[in-house]
Amino acid sequence: MKADYLYPEFEIIRNEALCTKCRLCEKECSNGVHAFLPEKGILIADSAKCVNCMRCVATCPVHAIKIVKSGADFTYNANWTSDVIREIFKQSATGGVLLSSMGNPKPLPVYWDKILINASQVTNPSIDPLREPMETKVFLGKKPSTVMRDEKGKMILNTPPSLELSLPVMFAAMSYGSISYNAHECLARAATELGTFYNTGEGGLHQNFYKYGSSTIVQVASGRFGVHKDYLEAGAAVEIKMGQGAKPGIGGHLPGSKIVDDVSKTRMIPIGSDAISPAPHHDIYSIEDLRQLVFSLKEATDYKKPVFVKVAAVHNIAAIASGIARSGADAIVIDGFRGGTGAAPTRIRDNVGIPVELALAAVDERLRQEGIRNDVSLIVSGSIRSSADVIKAIALGADACYIATAALVSLGCHLCRNCQSGKCNWGIATQRPELVARLDPDEGSERLVKLLTAWKREIKEFMGAMGINSIEALKGNRLMLRGIGLSETELKVLGIKHAGE
Amino acid sequence: MDLKEGQIRIPSGCAVSAVISRQGNAVNGEKIVKSMIPMHERSNGLGGGFAAYGIYPEYAEFYAFHMFFDSRQAKIDFETYIKEFFEIVKSEIIPTKKIRAIVNEPLIMRYFLAPMKSRLADAQLDEREFVARTVMRINCKIEGACVVSSGKNMGVFKAVGYPEDVGEFYSLSEYDAYLWTAHGRYPTNTPGWWGGAHPFGLLDYTVVHNGEISSYDANRRFIEMFGYKCTLQTDTEVITYIADFLLRRQKLTLEETALVIAAPFWSTIAKCDKEKKDKLTYLRYVFSSLLITGPFSIILGFDGGVMALNDRLKLRSMVTGEKKDLFFIASEEAAIRAMEPEAENIYSPDGGEPIIVKVEKEAQK
Repeated sequence: MKADYLYPEFEIIRNEALCTKCRLCEKECSNGVHAFLPEKGILIADSAKCVNCMRCVATCPVHAIKIVKSGADFTYNANWTSDVIREIFKQSATGGVLLSSMGNPKPLPVYWDKILINASQVTNPSIDPLREPMETKVFLGKKPSTVMRDEKGKMILNTPPSLELSLPVMFAAMSYGSISYNAHECLARAATELGTFYNTGEGGLHQNFYKYGSSTIVQVASGRFGVHKDYLEAGAAVEIKMGQGAKPGIGGHLPGSKIVDDVSKTRMIPIGSDAISPAPHHDIYSIEDLRQLVFSLKEATDYKKPVFVKVAAVHNIAAIASGIARSGADAIVIDGFRGGTGAAPTRIRDNVGIPVELALAAVDERLRQEGIRNDVSLIVSGSIRSSADVIKAIALGADACYIATAALVSLGCHLCRNCQSGKCNWGIATQRPELVARLDPDEGSERLVKLLTAWKREIKEFMGAMGINSIEALKGNRLMLRGIGLSETELKVLGIKHAGE
Repeated sequence: MDLKEGQIRIPSGCAVSAVISRQGNAVNGEKIVKSMIPMHERSNGLGGGFAAYGIYPEYAEFYAFHMFFDSRQAKIDFETYIKEFFEIVKSEIIPTKKIRAIVNEPLIMRYFLAPMKSRLADAQLDEREFVARTVMRINCKIEGACVVSSGKNMGVFKAVGYPEDVGEFYSLSEYDAYLWTAHGRYPTNTPGWWGGAHPFGLLDYTVVHNGEISSYDANRRFIEMFGYKCTLQTDTEVITYIADFLLRRQKLTLEETALVIAAPFWSTIAKCDKEKKDKLTYLRYVFSSLLITGPFSIILGFDGGVMALNDRLKLRSMVTGEKKDLFFIASEEAAIRAMEPEAENIYSPDGGEPIIVKVEKEAQK
């Protein structure tokens, strides 16, 4: 129908005076935007195919290309926005569920940006991280409730299974399949070098990456893809994925086109078959079932590895977390509603779940009220964008953070939000060998190391300014935070005072 | 109206000092009061206090509760409550002297208490836990009542004023103790409430502290999981509870307690032999939320001894000295010299290095 035709969202502008007709843009674009007309000797662009991933912009040797919003839009309407109208057209034409990638882009409150951090003035000294030791090491795992001694009075060092992190940041679950082999290699190598961990996601662990096992968290999700004894034993910890912030309450769907040879082997499913994770784990219909899975995994790994449980931040998250803390799990991962995804139904992504800041504050407070905060570590994700977000998360009560989108951006992701197409020009969310090859694991892992090294420096600066020389003394230290422009209720949930109070 | 301590968090700078007789000999209160005079400038007249150990030998087996009451009603409420759980062996007004420098005093009482056997059995708690919980409940629930100290054969004397005036107010020259600790406060706000002065005490533990800890809320929120209620929002209060938790409930030694609250840096731990490294790592793993950061010098008094400790960067001054049987600790050497001009072995402990002195009969245990 004619109504469904829309002028493209983006427009490619080529500076003909600069363009040398080298045709690199044509080669670089997997969406087939650029084409050469030999008869006219010019390059043209089909803007309708452009997703604004900016690959051509970045690779053009003479900087002749820019991509702008086309500006051709519907009559302005604050209620019937152009997104709403476009989506109705799309659904009217296809009858399908709208799909999206990456995190919720809606202008909902980002509480991190409404929280301010303290610094020492006069009554106590700030500490210079360039001159004094500044400790960012954290452990994840249960804490024994009582110090035990043997008959000679010697302390029994009964440390439960735990992870040691050189800084409170890890790389979050992204499956091999949803992202490329090279992307996984970048994460695995960077985590190893940094002294932190990356997470396999639900797609199993490629044979070649078993050697990074001591820096790997292996995930067990509802589809159980790639889960077997060696896999569980390969990792330093096991994570049960109950939910994901981008799509709470629903499963996952990796299209058959992404299930290529190695992905199929790793996932233990046939080539070309859709990989569908059920919405729930079909052996977990209640909290007592979760406890059984936690202990099954502990049995399978000889009680040597901590077991994490990852859940999406939903309305009654505090009660859910309290249940998980009593399930035997060693850590709870709370994924906020702005968390990323390789593919999720748009409506779910944009409307289900709650901000991780509020979920974290509520969970930390509830676990303390119940006296069980020591039984679990708290890890938050979705979305942690900078060292400032990390500091704020720790001060609200988190033990550590997971980052995923930030890591992908470090690897070149330009957040065009078309992962589900499998045509990622940056070699990240794709399985096409020619595209995957664009992501150099040497360079990529180095960039990730640099990113977190920079964050670590900034974390130390924040800590020093607060007069804190160990990140442990920041955990749950909410007096170091103040809200700005927040309501009484928001402040109450966050457990912080307003700026000026 | 000024907010009462506890409704607002008030950082303070301070002066601290202590004297202990290793033989357990009597030291008159005059000595410790003298130590605070040269440190006058470290206080601003808004809080001073002393803890004395060994002052009630005739009631040594009873819990000595020093109490502040804002009103007669608070006293009645307290007594009604306490009679349900304790036998009051003796109660009296703590003698004070009217002096110009100290005003607005509350009703100041002391009670010698014995827990009722039947109530103790009902509660299924050991005696000290029973008493500690009683203290928490009074401080939280009985309006206008404040438990100033609650140990055996010891007591805390504190007020809003300069420490030397507080000493005169309570006539401390009338008391002999084997251990004295003292505190002069420089709060950055007007507390106007006596409960907020230091030392802070729970059971026989008392803490005087100089500094403003940056880990306060991390420590507070952790310790409150274990039944402690920080009603004053002061560093000293939270440090006292941490000491009680680690020493009494977790049964750590004083040295181990120091290794938790002023934990050695990871870089230092890495250099230790395996056995030591494992133990230090374990303590930091288990009690990570009880690490205290920011400047502090604290003097922890307890039944039979004292421990002095600086933060691990030594961001506050503290020196020790001795002369014969006496051992001295203070923010400044001048304070030690005021107590004993001939003091020897003046020493400035390293950051995180605990200085522990026990009365000999205690040390032999």
